[in-house]
Formats: sequence, structure tokens, C-alpha cells
Amino acid sequence: MNLRRDVFQAIADPTRRAILLLVASQSMTAGAIASNFDTARPTVSKHLQILTECELLEKEQNGREIYYHLNPKKIKEIADFIEPFRELWDDRFNKLEAIMKQYK
Amino acid sequence: MERKTKVNAEEGKQELIITREFDLPVRLLFKAYIVPEIVEQWMGTKVLVLESRAHGSWRFETSDPRGNVVFRANGVIHEFVPNQRITRTFEMEGTPFPVQLEFLEFEALTDDTSKLTMHIVFKSAEFRDQLLQLPFAQGLNMAHNRLQEIANKLK
Repeated sequence: MNLRRDVFQAIADPTRRAILLLVASQSMTAGAIASNFDTARPTVSKHLQILTECELLEKEQNGREIYYHLNPKKIKEIADFIEPFRELWDDRFNKLEAIMKQYK
Repeated sequence: MERKTKVNAEEGKQELIITREFDLPVRLLFKAYIVPEIVEQWMGTKVLVLESRAHGSWRFETSDPRGNVVFRANGVIHEFVPNQRITRTFEMEGTPFPVQLEFLEFEALTDDTSKLTMHIVFKSAEFRDQLLQLPFAQGLNMAHNRLQEIANKLK
């Protein structure tokens, strides 16, 4: 499967985005992450697995615990990272066009 | 919907090019860049200063609904040729981003259509890539703020 699409599918899910936000500031165990959600623990585990598979999250063994943290390199790579920027300008230019048509 | 706005950012280069074609005569496209009340509408920002002439300056400011200033940018205009060209600097205040140089070219395609080419030059390729990621980062922040609001309500 196309890796790029995997990454975008990964961040398309609101729970997975929330997980990314949680671990953005600090490494966390699966248990600590799951405690932030009402979702069943296995569901959270599945989300963590998906995020780890597409390398948005990295696992680190620390004693008996496994900690998850963000992989900033991968976040940076999110292939079409230009797209939000393009949409920002597209929105602005669409507005510009709509406004100026009134002056015709 | 057709993608009219194109962004071209070649790997490793410290520049990017935004192009867009408009169903507008070039004089109306240009007008949208020089009339402060119009700029405010489509940029979604407040125009504090906009001196559309060579050696003129500009300053924009955006506030959140509570009135806190969340964004302020300024620059100077180096070249100003009506209906053809604006060359200006752009600097975001209170951020680590260095000033960038913007070349805006306005072009008539037909009597009723026009094209804008925005060529932006950054201090380095790294700064360009960081700027490109800003909307994504802001999207994450907004999602985060919403989460925070919901969490606060549950308390």
C-alpha cells in the first residue's frame, strides 16, 4: 500500500490525532495514553499500532515500560505537507475573487 | 472542485512560487491588493498601514474573538508598478522567522481573466519548510484547543 496514503489515513482519524497531540509534549505509556480516552483499551492499542506502523510514533523501552513518543522527522515528512498551506491561499484567493466580482 | 491555486516548492530550495488564475480583469485583481478595506476582507486580517508605493510600508494585525492579537506582520514595498508588480518584504512579528522577500507579478490573460504569480524567497530552505508546515501545526493546535475546551466542560 502507498505509504503516503497510510500516513494521511493515520492522521485522518480524530482519536489518532488526539493521541499525536498527547504525546507531542512528552513520552507516554500505552496505559497513560488510554486513560485519556473513554474508548476501550484494545481500541487505543490498535490506534497506537497504526501510528507506530506508519512511523508517526516511536516506541522506546524504559525498564518494564514501553513509552511512545512522536517521530518529528516523520511528521515533517508527511508527504504533502504543502497541502494545508496551499488550501490556506486557495481560500484567500477564492474570497478575493468573490469580493472583486462585485466591482465588475 | 478544480484546484486553481498552485504551490511549487522544489526540494531543498529556499524559495516557493504560488500561482493562481482569476476570473477577474487584472485591474480588479490588483485593486484587491491595494485597497485596505478589501485586503482586510480576503486576508481576514486588520490593515494598520498600507502605503502602496515604492518605499511605502505595510502592517497587518489579526486578533482572536476576545481581542487578543494573535498575529502581526509588517514589511516595506520596494517596487510598485500598478497592474503589474509589487515587490515587498514580509516579516512576522514576535516569531523566529526571518524576513522574506516577495515578488508579486500581476498579468492580464484576457480582458476578463488574470494571473498572479507570487515568488517568495526565504533566508534558508529550512525556514521555508517550517513556514509551509505552519498551517498544519495550527490545525493541530486548533484541534488541541477544542479538545481542551471539551475537557474543561467535563470537569
